Amino acid sequence: MNTRMTRQIVVIGGGPAGLAAAAAAKKNGAEDVLILERDRVLGGILNQCIHNGFGLHTFQEELTGPEYAARFIRIVEEQQIPYLLSTIVVDLARLENGRIAVSVMNRSEGLFVIEAEAVILAMGCRERPRGALNIPGYRPAGIFTAGTAQRFVNIEGKMPGREVVILGSGDIGLIMARRMTLEGAKVKVVAELMPYSGGLKRNIVQCLNDYGIPLKLSHTVVDIKGKDRVEAVTIAEVGPDRRPIPGTEEEYTCDTLLLSCGLIPENELTGKLGADLSPVTSGPVVNESLETSIPGVYACGNVLHVHDLVDYVSEEASEAGARAAEYVSGKDCAAGEPCAIRAVDGVRYTVPAVLRIGKMRERQVIRFRVGEVFRDAEVVIELDGKSYRSVRKKIMAPGEMEQVILPKKDLEEIKPSVITIRIRTNM
Amino acid sequence: MANQIRELTCIRCPMGCQIQVTLNEEKEVVNITGNTCPRGAEYAAAEVTHPMRTVTSTVKVIGGELPVVSVKTAGDIPKDGIMACMAAINQVQVKAPVHIGDVLLENAAGLGADLVATRDVEAI
Repeated sequence: MNTRMTRQIVVIGGGPAGLAAAAAAKKNGAEDVLILERDRVLGGILNQCIHNGFGLHTFQEELTGPEYAARFIRIVEEQQIPYLLSTIVVDLARLENGRIAVSVMNRSEGLFVIEAEAVILAMGCRERPRGALNIPGYRPAGIFTAGTAQRFVNIEGKMPGREVVILGSGDIGLIMARRMTLEGAKVKVVAELMPYSGGLKRNIVQCLNDYGIPLKLSHTVVDIKGKDRVEAVTIAEVGPDRRPIPGTEEEYTCDTLLLSCGLIPENELTGKLGADLSPVTSGPVVNESLETSIPGVYACGNVLHVHDLVDYVSEEASEAGARAAEYVSGKDCAAGEPCAIRAVDGVRYTVPAVLRIGKMRERQVIRFRVGEVFRDAEVVIELDGKSYRSVRKKIMAPGEMEQVILPKKDLEEIKPSVITIRIRTNM
Repeated sequence: MANQIRELTCIRCPMGCQIQVTLNEEKEVVNITGNTCPRGAEYAAAEVTHPMRTVTSTVKVIGGELPVVSVKTAGDIPKDGIMACMAAINQVQVKAPVHIGDVLLENAAGLGADLVATRDVEAI
């Protein structure tokens, strides 16, 4: 524990968020940036997302996950930003001098501490495991999260099974339904508890419909059979209360059950640091600068809130990197009074959740998700309870992130203390 | 044979319109309904007459730091050729090192697109 180095900015995580954040920090004048990555390569989850569809916004072309990662890795290499691989952060603590002590461990150096002026959290998210789903039945082999199966097939070159049932219609589950089919497996059904899919429409069409894989909405797994290996899975319809309806059970013989039931931001470190966490997103509460409640600690990507498009992760992370660079430069302008953003009436949360008008960019992007499917509805923005603007949307769904843009000059004029964002449905 | 109606879900935006395309005996599009914008009609017409897809998969690597390398068709291929393309992909083996953009199979399964590597796998 004697080694002690100092760094201007430490970026935790070398996936899409960490890479874009580090590149932007350097580009905005931070000289001394270090990326810490747990895996043996940079790129994060993109390495196993071998399907295409990435980069349409960022590069105006359609790339696969590894290709998208390679673009950002090249930028980081060109900027000569140092990184440590196979290196894990075990603790974060705020020091009396306002800096952050980053406790780090790897095989060559052992345990050491880096004192950072600013930290960018970019640790990504984790899949919700079986233990968090309360599925009855035995605990045989053959039950995987969709992402674990994806790693087996796409990186290790191994097939987890031959006859597959998938619970949950998140994007990774849909992508894996296609992937397993292409590799010769029979995907029998995708069951989704909710009455709508959690995945992108494009994935429903190109991963399920293309291959004739049925999607059963309002269905869940009520039993798993098999002691050593999965032998069958029982699926039943659920009512509006999401409880199984007796008599609707159907048994599917299979050797594999994949779970694609949601992603949870990975914030153990953020919690240890004492930053405020949102009970809705499980990510830190951030302001317009993507700064957490701990000064100098920024968050971006899936550790902040789960995204459906990596392009938005890169965009958000670039902003976090630029803000961290401003912070360490000491050229911090006056922030002004914080203004809270309240998410109500169908809006589950917003990122950011706090705005300091003095620190806003000319156009502030507010990202949010809705809690159910809305058709022909309006996103209404209120400043101190007075209607400010509304945006009509033909459709909004929980699986697709939404955004509104607030111009700084309007807020400077009105100086609201509370901004409310709600959905208004037409009667 | 009379006209034929095909149902599909538009994927050009999150709306997900249910579109009905009417085809005549020559498999020509004669009518499109259910779309709410011109992009939907464009998508539906292409999708029922000549649906195309990019195929992504993996290829076995010999002597590499990883056992497989991810690959893609360097352009779209006809949708009904996907399984033939997969059969061709599964015959390919490459020796490490492999680099991003390397052509691993020319004109895969005669479908008009090369198979290229989408990541680096170094030799060990």
